[in-house]
Amino acid sequence: MNIIAELRHDFPVLSQSIEGQPLIYLDSGATSQKPQCVIDEINDFYSKNNSNVHRGLHSLSENATSKYEYVRTQLAKFLSVNSKEVVWTSGATESLNIIASGVTCDLNSQDIILISALEHHANIVPWQQAAQESGAKIAIMPINKQGILDIPAAIAMIEDLKPKVMACTHASNTLGNINPIAKLIDAAKKVNAITVIDGAQAFLHLRPNLSQLDCDFYVGSAHKALGPTGLGFLYGKFDKLNALSVFKTGGEMIDKVTYESSSYREAPAKFEPGTPNISGVLGFGAAINYLNKLDPIVLHQYEQTLYSYCLNQLQAIDGIIIYGDTQNNIGTISFNYRDEHHYDIAMLLNSYGIALRSGHHCTQPLIAELGIQGTLRVSLAFYNSHNDIDTFITALKSSIKLIAG
Amino acid sequence: MNYQEIQNQLKKTQSWQQCYREIMLFGKQLPVIPDCLKSDDALIQGCESKVWLHIDLDESRGTILLIGDSDTRIVKGLFAIISSMYNDITLTEAKNIDAYAEFESLGLIKHLSPSRGNGIQAIIKAIQEKLSQW
Repeated sequence: MNIIAELRHDFPVLSQSIEGQPLIYLDSGATSQKPQCVIDEINDFYSKNNSNVHRGLHSLSENATSKYEYVRTQLAKFLSVNSKEVVWTSGATESLNIIASGVTCDLNSQDIILISALEHHANIVPWQQAAQESGAKIAIMPINKQGILDIPAAIAMIEDLKPKVMACTHASNTLGNINPIAKLIDAAKKVNAITVIDGAQAFLHLRPNLSQLDCDFYVGSAHKALGPTGLGFLYGKFDKLNALSVFKTGGEMIDKVTYESSSYREAPAKFEPGTPNISGVLGFGAAINYLNKLDPIVLHQYEQTLYSYCLNQLQAIDGIIIYGDTQNNIGTISFNYRDEHHYDIAMLLNSYGIALRSGHHCTQPLIAELGIQGTLRVSLAFYNSHNDIDTFITALKSSIKLIAG
Repeated sequence: MNYQEIQNQLKKTQSWQQCYREIMLFGKQLPVIPDCLKSDDALIQGCESKVWLHIDLDESRGTILLIGDSDTRIVKGLFAIISSMYNDITLTEAKNIDAYAEFESLGLIKHLSPSRGNGIQAIIKAIQEKLSQW
């Protein structure tokens, strides 16, 4: 545990003050902080190695290209997949857009797209577009009152509706619930559905093994996993990935171009037109390296200890309402205090240096289903400490007092 | 509570917590408005919380009448500050108020992050738009 406590010092942002008080960062679900090695890698690239990739024979470009492509193999290894199955995108949102738009031409008005009630807007809206264009219908796997996915009902829907697509988040960004996606993927495969998993929140905390999960697609964002913003990935089983229609077109993704027509390269190049986010990829490579040096089991246990510590203290405050699955959780707690507006408490907490998220968390349908306006959301990562939680709880109690007085 | 009193109260505060406490108390002193006035068409776009605004011109006296509410305590308090600036003054005086600058001089803008500051700006803009129609 002491070794983990030391890791905090790798993250320079965490050592600053807000309004004269030490920053308590409890918003890793929005974006994770970056270790120094990631910042250094990006700096290094621009100060020593900056050049374009896949173009030019000069040493600088070759060096950049080999580093850039090496990170693809690093990520592929991290996910236990093949590197030609990994596409760089601008983030999980773009990845989901590529998949949804890429399967639209295979959908028709008889088809069902099945998503869960826990989805982020990024895993709802692209499917609504696909449904609008193809005539397919969207169906929702339900949650219970606490906001936990009803698995028997979800599996029954998969068996009965035989959806063409089953898209579900690995972990809820709003509630932190870890969904038993292996069960859903199994059921969906039996009816030949395309399985799409949004791993934006889960990637850092659960380190998914995709060859075991056996889903068709899995997406994530680098910035939620210690990496830079503006970069994400799209994993797809090669045949399914390569079969998606192209999303963006331009240079680099082509095989042959005449003025009349073009032919495209195979995946992943097919989905990577234009100059990519090279510094982002290299920075993400440093993040994966950093993670690879840490024992995932130890980190996970530590995060779970922090989570329980925070949960217990919150539950001990009279009037706190907690949403979501508190048994299977990545370390995110969504809560409200009585019928107070989340905005007021978040504003007061900010004055104590506490950074957390408040609102609908880009999951308006979920928030509506829970019958609330929004929540306050604490999202933890391994660089948080017990002291962070103590400070947060003290500040929360003071904020509640201020409101009550 | 008039604007001068609000200014004085805020000057006395020594921490952000005290400042918020005062702001929330200003909100509590706002007259309660009936639910029928909390209609969708009175909602101001661009705020993180709900803000309902009604603004009228008392033609016999030539003065502004501003009423409203919010579903959050802090924004309601900020609204109370705004309404203290505008209520019972003439149309010409109202048009000359730079409410955002007033918030800056109260020292409140710095602490309202851009998105929160925009909420205040949205309220001010809605008022100014209405004023410009008269």
